[in-house]
Amino acid sequence: MPKKAHSFLLIAVMILAAALAGCSGNTDTASGENGSKKTIKFMHLWPAGSSKQQNQIVTDIIEQYEAEHEDVKIEVEVLENEQYKNKIKVLSSSNELPDVGFTWAAGYMTPFVKGSLFAELDDVLNDGLKESFVSGTTEAYALDGKSYGLPLELNIAPIYYNKEIFEKYNLDVPQTYSEFENAVKTLTDNGVAPIALGNKDRWTGSLWYMYLADRIGGAEVLNKAIDRSGSFEDPALVSAAEEIQNLVKENAFNKGYNGLSNDEGKAEFLNGNAAMYLMGTWELPNFTTNEEIPQDFRDSVGFFKFPTVDGGKGNIDSWVGGPGVGLFVAENSKVKDESKEFVKFFVEKWGEQSVEKAGVIPATKVDTGKVDLPDLYIDVLNELNKASSLTLFADVQMSASVAETHLNLIQSLFGNEVKPADYAKQHEEALKAEEGN
Amino acid sequence: MNKVLSNKKVLALYITPALFLVLALIYIPIVQTGYYGLMKWNGIGEMDFIGLKNYKVLMKDALFWRSALHSFLLALFSAISLIGYLFISIILAGKIKGADLLRKIYLIPMLLASVAIAQLWMKIYHPSNGMLNTVLMASGIEDPPAWLADANLALYAIIIPIIWQYAGFYILIYYAALKNIPESLVEAARIDGASPWQIALKIKLPLIMNVIKVTIVLAVVGSLKYFDLIYVMTGGGPNGASEVMASYMYQKAFKGFDFGYASAIGFFLLVICLVVTYIIRRFTAANEDIY
Repeated sequence: MPKKAHSFLLIAVMILAAALAGCSGNTDTASGENGSKKTIKFMHLWPAGSSKQQNQIVTDIIEQYEAEHEDVKIEVEVLENEQYKNKIKVLSSSNELPDVGFTWAAGYMTPFVKGSLFAELDDVLNDGLKESFVSGTTEAYALDGKSYGLPLELNIAPIYYNKEIFEKYNLDVPQTYSEFENAVKTLTDNGVAPIALGNKDRWTGSLWYMYLADRIGGAEVLNKAIDRSGSFEDPALVSAAEEIQNLVKENAFNKGYNGLSNDEGKAEFLNGNAAMYLMGTWELPNFTTNEEIPQDFRDSVGFFKFPTVDGGKGNIDSWVGGPGVGLFVAENSKVKDESKEFVKFFVEKWGEQSVEKAGVIPATKVDTGKVDLPDLYIDVLNELNKASSLTLFADVQMSASVAETHLNLIQSLFGNEVKPADYAKQHEEALKAEEGN
Repeated sequence: MNKVLSNKKVLALYITPALFLVLALIYIPIVQTGYYGLMKWNGIGEMDFIGLKNYKVLMKDALFWRSALHSFLLALFSAISLIGYLFISIILAGKIKGADLLRKIYLIPMLLASVAIAQLWMKIYHPSNGMLNTVLMASGIEDPPAWLADANLALYAIIIPIIWQYAGFYILIYYAALKNIPESLVEAARIDGASPWQIALKIKLPLIMNVIKVTIVLAVVGSLKYFDLIYVMTGGGPNGASEVMASYMYQKAFKGFDFGYASAIGFFLLVICLVVTYIIRRFTAANEDIY
């Protein structure tokens, strides 16, 4: 009996040891040359479950690429958005980024570039690819004149509205801010929440602030405050904050918006409780092709441009938006040339299919005559061609820590916990502190 | 079996893997965290040694102290709730009808994943069509609060599900401890004419005192490093109103990209937990020690 117990424990120890060895076993074979085949490690953030169409396109592109390049194998890892961001952070701290992966523009990308983790992609762009991008999109992925990412998506943020509700209360699409305020008043008087907002996520409220800043002070005022050629205590930025609190006072947003996520806020719009919803064009599939949302509702959704403010400097064709995710190539990749070729191939193929198949507007130009799309898409794409300027989302423009301050302040502003002047002052202080570093 | 376990070499052989695991997964990261806490590091580029600057900033960081206050509030409420659990357990262990079923009912929340609990309570707290506000509106309250969105209420609104979540765990511990009390003691007291109330207070409570002490430490330390429901339900918002120390650390590391500072917070959190544990032990170690 003692002998039996002994061997049993010994086996248990060996199993444990084997399990431990398994944890660290296969890190070296994954990247680089694998026999005669070269392996490109590719990480993306569109799981088949939540982003079915995008996932399908990516899979198709990879298959196509592997068929054309028999010596290359592409190894894919998929994670959902937030997990993806966390994993990239962890991988980059040990310098083990995948050969090709997704990044966001400007402020998000900067530390990676400064840490020399991303490869320069100017050679890829200058190889004739640059012309196919919508102007202003690749710039968001450039730092000190060099490009480090190829944008895949382009989004602008219109105000979607429920035509049925507007008709019921005899409202017209507002062209000016005072018309907009009247519409808000009519809706609240009739017990309809005018605007759907989920401000737990905070960037959702930031969109409202950015538009008001743009319409009151012009397209440059916020950009200048952030790049430090201006000040955040600019009167236009303060009065934009005052306007936000006026909207709050008028009950323009659905109840409890500060505790609701964007999805919960969106639900208020989707089930007809709220009349308007300011959001990026990534929502377009929900208002056109998504079969899970009732046809009646999808047919009743229209969009309008953020109205101009009387006496303000803003142009109605100026948009808040910008490129969404983009592709990077890792600087220390063992298969850098192959990876660069792959990202180029990816961007081209993606541009041909994304809008038609997945409803994602690519950062490359779309020929509206050639694609078969719902009217809402055509209208948005046409507006995009007319756009006078594109202001990148504030939290993307800012460095991560300033962005955190900004987002928290947005939540306080909407929650009436901070005065507009202090709101501006605290922004200015955070930006200044960052500059000192 | 006894023969095997008395052989010192074999003992060492068996202890090594576990020791190795604990070292690799717990103690080495703690040392590393302490080390990172002395750095200015965004998690990507080079680290700069800045000595104790992170800690100096931390001492003056109003947002951190606010979240620390929230953590301590949570710990206080968790500790108070133990009284309720103890009371329930005494009733359950007192041979009432359906005690077994009730015990299972209390235990179920503990079996749910934190995220599921968070989703469940977010539905309850939903400002316009949540269960709670529907009931409140039906009973004539016209403008019920928007629980998780209200800076004054958000923290308390989250403390309730946290307490609810762990009810089953503590009730189970107390229940098991109470069941371990020899029947003969209770019997003897009863024969001597003690009332059920006296039996509970004078016989059962002192006999499970050690278990109670352990649960106090568990509840307080568990609350101080609590993270999950807060992260899912409010993300610490609105504007830090429900932020606790662990969620603040997460914000700094993964949202603010300030790993050095976040490591300092993490290390400081560990120190706080150790100190609090020590204090609780000091105060409760009146008669018999178990550490």
